[in-house]
Amino acid sequence: MASIQVDQISKSFGNVQAVNAVSFAVEKGELFGLIGPDGAGKTTLFKMLTSLLIPDSGEAWVEGYHTVKDFKKIRRIIGYMPGKFSLYQDLTVAENLDFFATIFGTTIQENYHLIEDIYVQIEPFRKRRAGKLSGGMKQKLALCCALIHEPKVLFLDEPTTGVDAVSRAEFWEMLGRLKEKGITILVSTPYMDEATLCERIALIQGGNILQIDTPDHITSNYGKPLYAVRSDEFYRLLNELRDQAFALRVEPFGEYLHLTTNDAVSEQDVRDFLQANAHQNIELKPVPASVEDVFLDLM
Amino acid sequence: MLKIFAAFVKKEVFHILRDTRTLIILFGMPIALVLIFGYTITNEFKGASMAVYDEAKDELSQDLIAHITASGHFELITLSENIEALDAAFKAGDAKIGLVIPAGFEQDFYKEKQTALQLITDATEPNYAATLTNYASQMIRAFQQEKGEVADMPYQIDLEMRMFYNPKLVGAYTFVPGVVALILMLICAMMTSLTIAKEKEMGTMDLLLASPLPPILIILGKVTPYSILSFLSALVVFAMGYFIFEVPILGSLPLLLGLCLLYLFVALALGVLISTKAQSQQTAMIISMFALMLPTMLLSGFIFPIESMPEILQFITKIIPAKYFIIIEKAIMLKGAGLESIWQQTLVLMLMVFVLLMAAWKNFKVIYK
Repeated sequence: MASIQVDQISKSFGNVQAVNAVSFAVEKGELFGLIGPDGAGKTTLFKMLTSLLIPDSGEAWVEGYHTVKDFKKIRRIIGYMPGKFSLYQDLTVAENLDFFATIFGTTIQENYHLIEDIYVQIEPFRKRRAGKLSGGMKQKLALCCALIHEPKVLFLDEPTTGVDAVSRAEFWEMLGRLKEKGITILVSTPYMDEATLCERIALIQGGNILQIDTPDHITSNYGKPLYAVRSDEFYRLLNELRDQAFALRVEPFGEYLHLTTNDAVSEQDVRDFLQANAHQNIELKPVPASVEDVFLDLM
Repeated sequence: MLKIFAAFVKKEVFHILRDTRTLIILFGMPIALVLIFGYTITNEFKGASMAVYDEAKDELSQDLIAHITASGHFELITLSENIEALDAAFKAGDAKIGLVIPAGFEQDFYKEKQTALQLITDATEPNYAATLTNYASQMIRAFQQEKGEVADMPYQIDLEMRMFYNPKLVGAYTFVPGVVALILMLICAMMTSLTIAKEKEMGTMDLLLASPLPPILIILGKVTPYSILSFLSALVVFAMGYFIFEVPILGSLPLLLGLCLLYLFVALALGVLISTKAQSQQTAMIISMFALMLPTMLLSGFIFPIESMPEILQFITKIIPAKYFIIIEKAIMLKGAGLESIWQQTLVLMLMVFVLLMAAWKNFKVIYK
């Protein structure tokens, strides 16, 4: 059986369908990403999988244990890092780690090998209160606390939200090393660029899973001509392209527009159109789709 | 398991020591309350301002005025020339009590053996007014007896009053038990509900729940430090009452402290119950204020006597734990009573603990719906 098995799981709060009949499976030792914007239902899904919330319908298993019937067993083998920084802000780094080690019936020394890579980075601040750490340090500490009892499955809910770019890159490197130790990792993120760092991803929106595959497959199956376009008059370009029948979708993407066209027009057709509209300094090139392109297309 | 529990208590102690707000509530509040109640809120009075309208102006009326003012409890501020002047003294708020002596007072007293005096009080402060008239009437009665020996009084009933258990009517005798009841309720219930609500608010409750910790251990680990601290606070109040305000503890101290613990469990159970409902510290605080603090102060007999409340309020007081605890405290401390005379109240408190714990347990969700 897969490490995490989710079968038609649903949850609603009042009129809001937070998670709608979601199914997926994560293999042992896999780094699986849930990619979706805020409010997509990621946190609700995490809470159901970590046995904190009972689903309205559907079932899920973690390492073969049912999330409702065997919740006590699940709580022994998982590490959970909630989206919001959830450690004791008025305790120091060392006190937090010590407390979480103790409540899981272990000690820092016993499992130091698991957290060593990460802990050395925050060790200089061990006497500092957790509330006074920077965003990246907080996440490293939270990861240490989630790892200290040698969990089989790690649930990381938006671990990189509110963290600077360098710390984010470091964090993903750490996840790669943890995966090598055989830990199954389910991670959620609203950042599309982080999707490529996962082995497989599920795109989630409005409580529904749009697609599940490896990031490469997802982007290579885009199936429509995609161009990066720019000119001196960026805003006029955007509006004019959006009015064209051949343009299926036009989205700003950094300093370029990403233009998806139907199959009937060629690159030269687009270039002609731009020149006919008197755009200056035109740049037009075919580009491979990113996860964000796919996501916007599926929405 | 014991190690985990110790880690929990240690963490909680760190929380308390590092939060000045908590420290102030825990130790500053009891002391402040005792001192405030001890020195400001009191029914005893001295030098109450008195206006007199003496129509008689004879020897006996002079004697009476001297008699009343000699005690020091009343201070003569004006001798009004007419009833309008007396009225004006009340309106200006100068006079708290007025005495009208009719013309021919002495003559009526000795010859007719019957005369009348009028006492007027400013009843915008009803309790104070009642105390003043009581006291003044007592003094007038004493004066009458004193003079009556000279005169020939055919019939007389001697009233001899004794105030049992608190002969000097000292205010501290009622407020020390009341403050203990209030403090245990506030610290124990409010702080417990606040600290659990804080874990929910910060998201750490999710982490604790997603760990293999038994939920009962989470709750016990959180409430134990607070119960010990509030018990210490109660001891401080008892000690201050005993040493500063000379409130006696006539009955058995172990019994008193034992029942203190029982009441503390009621407060803890209430706190846990509130925290199962409140998702944030603010909600917990508001519920604690309205559901605990106000009823404990107003409906427990601490400040206002239950007997003089409207029937519906009297009925509500039956579910206020502090009411029973204050009865128990006063019985043990002031009357030296033993368990045989307060077993009913003790039983009610036990029942409350049981019911509240059941309700809290039912509400405490290990997995949320």
